[in-house]
Amino acid sequence: MVTALDNDITDIKADNIGDFTFPERNKFDAGFGVSPRTVDYISDVKNDPDWIREFRHKALEIFNSKPMPTHWATKDLDNIHFEEFRYYLSDGQKPKRSWDEVPEDVKRTFERLGIPEQERKFLAGVEAQYDSEAAYSNVKKVLEDQGVIFVNSTEGLHKYPEIFRPWFGKVIPTSDNKFSALNSAVFSGGSFIYVPKGVKVSHPLQAYFRINSEQFGQFERTLIIADEGSEIMYMEGCTAPKFETSTLHSAVVELVAMKGAKIQYVTVQNWSSNVFNLVTKRGIAHEDAEVRWIDCNIGSRLTMKYPGVIMKGKRARGEVISIALANSGQHQDTGAKMIHLADDTTSNVVWKSISIGEGRSTYRGQVHIPKHLKGCKNNTECDALLINSSSRTDTYPAISVKGNKHATQHEASVSQVSEDQIFYLMQRGLTEAEAMSLSVNGFINDLVKEFPMEYSVELKRLIDLEMEGSVG
Amino acid sequence: MSLVIENLTAQIPDRQILNGLNLTINPGEVHAIMGPNGSGKSTLSKVLSGHSDYEVTAGTVTLDGQNILDLEVDARARTGLFLAFQYPHEIPGVSNANFLRAALKARLPEGEDIDAVAFYKQLYTRMDQLEMDRSFTGRSVNEGFSGGEKKRNEILQLMMLEPKYAILDETDSGLDIDALKVVARGVNAMRSESRGFLLITHYQRLLDYIQPDIVHVLMDGQIVLTGGKDLALKLEEKGYDWVKDEVLATA
Ligand SMILES: Nc1ncnc2c1ncn2[C@@H]1O[C@H](COP(=O)(O)OP(=O)(O)OP(=O)(O)O)[C@@H](O)[C@H]1O
Ligand SMILES: [Mg+2]
Repeated sequence: MVTALDNDITDIKADNIGDFTFPERNKFDAGFGVSPRTVDYISDVKNDPDWIREFRHKALEIFNSKPMPTHWATKDLDNIHFEEFRYYLSDGQKPKRSWDEVPEDVKRTFERLGIPEQERKFLAGVEAQYDSEAAYSNVKKVLEDQGVIFVNSTEGLHKYPEIFRPWFGKVIPTSDNKFSALNSAVFSGGSFIYVPKGVKVSHPLQAYFRINSEQFGQFERTLIIADEGSEIMYMEGCTAPKFETSTLHSAVVELVAMKGAKIQYVTVQNWSSNVFNLVTKRGIAHEDAEVRWIDCNIGSRLTMKYPGVIMKGKRARGEVISIALANSGQHQDTGAKMIHLADDTTSNVVWKSISIGEGRSTYRGQVHIPKHLKGCKNNTECDALLINSSSRTDTYPAISVKGNKHATQHEASVSQVSEDQIFYLMQRGLTEAEAMSLSVNGFINDLVKEFPMEYSVELKRLIDLEMEGSVG
Repeated sequence: MSLVIENLTAQIPDRQILNGLNLTINPGEVHAIMGPNGSGKSTLSKVLSGHSDYEVTAGTVTLDGQNILDLEVDARARTGLFLAFQYPHEIPGVSNANFLRAALKARLPEGEDIDAVAFYKQLYTRMDQLEMDRSFTGRSVNEGFSGGEKKRNEILQLMMLEPKYAILDETDSGLDIDALKVVARGVNAMRSESRGFLLITHYQRLLDYIQPDIVHVLMDGQIVLTGGKDLALKLEEKGYDWVKDEVLATA
């Protein structure tokens, strides 16, 4: 059940934002595997309030009781051995590497993508901190003046429990799925954002702004609340490959758009191909509110991610714009979940995937419109592009629309870049790889426009890179 | 310094289409090729460009002395060979301007980029010459273009890429009479001492607007007759049966 947002949260004063200090970190880690001991360890280190500690323990029980969803998802999940992972590393235990130890190809990719020097070090795991204070300070001032809260989730739950608690775990209940339960048990890092009534945040907020080693952690937990009539865009990730030491990632992101509010959540993630990235993302859109997920997933061994929108109030709108790029050894199992719970609600899903080599992309969608509603609309478009004959794509749209007072539309296509198209481009002087990447960029061009400028430029370069290896 | 085709023989699996074709195009010359449907005109243009459907089993092709048959499609293009397609391909999501920039950039040394201002200046000049609306720069290459617009777009590419040798495969087909004049003007503007053309056409009318130096008749994968501009007129009047008789008589 969803609880209403308490009214007095708007009384939060801006002046106590940002002066939160972290408790001294314990220099030991939680060891391998996840048990009640692990949960207690994390709660101790993070100095959790009791309700969070209980929340974690309960989540662990749920996690243990749930089977792997291999009855519908890929069997590859069975290769995750939970006892082999560490679930919390304090700073002192983070593996440190020097720039010299970063593999050449990773360095080259950073170079080619034009990633700024300092970010490279952070992304490669050389530096735990990305110092963006200078870039961020102006934005920070503006945010403070507007009463916007933008902190990490730990700070959020400690400092703003009156806003945090009513919504935390409400959009995505712990029991939603095995991985949301796991995240609920061991989460750390992630953002907490609150945008007061009527405030339109003009800058997209980036995780970068206040990045620390936890930010890109394995079990991030993000909660964004946009109060009535407010607007916010949040961006996470980047196109550079994250140089990963830990291979299990399971984030939970909850969005709450109050009446007339608008949230856009932009993700660009490029995981190395040993990573299991199992993410649960969902937003609630109240009356006349809008939640948009703009999502680009690249790499990883397996990504399972189906951003959802629950359209709870009349005329609410939900949208998922999704790009997936799967190269050999990678499986992108992505899609969208649109739950219509009020009249005249509208949802739109546009999904495009590119499979290269033996890469595999899967669309899994759910559209739910119950019988008692009227005037609901859904549009779903899925287009898959296969680059090689061994590439693979599947779509599993589940559309349950009851009643006849709705308009739904579903289109799906699978295509290949035709040889004649490549011939045409090459006859104009482009190499085969250039021809291929121009074609692929063309394929997703309409979606790339939805991403902020810097991302779309990086995406284009990234596709150039991926294509170089795929032809010839 | 010429495009020299000698004894060019090419096939698709179990069928030979070009049967020992000979043709030399010198810079500054405009050659026209006419011939019945299915005689191998488009095949010639694609074999020259390096299309993988066709296997060259005999003969040579040199472009200004360089053997191009061993080169990939893109490398041939960059040595200065351009083909205006009979059926230009559509490229969804790639704007005309970006496409041309990419094609020009492909001709620069690694790491160099073209000057955007100069590029657009040149592009607009050429589009004006072809009476193309500016909106075509932002539209996806050929997507949703009318037949005539596609042909015009091929000539725009020719004008931007400035090849040494250009093959125009039935560029006149599908053009209305005004468009034909505009396109012909564009091609004529590109005629120069350093550039050779090969026009493939079915209609002598095109040759009224683009005056050829030499006219060839292609039948069954071979050049069977070569003459001046009046050969096109004679063909128009007498048809290809006349060519057969003519060829038999001289054989
Ligand atoms: N890739 C191919 N696969 C099969 N047949 C082909 C192929 N390319 C050409 N052909 C055949 O070779 C012959 C010559 O074709 P081509 O397109 O060169 O003719 P053309 O002279 O250009 O004709 P038109 O005047 O109709 O354009 C035709 O019979 C055609 O069907
Ligand atoms: Mg033809």
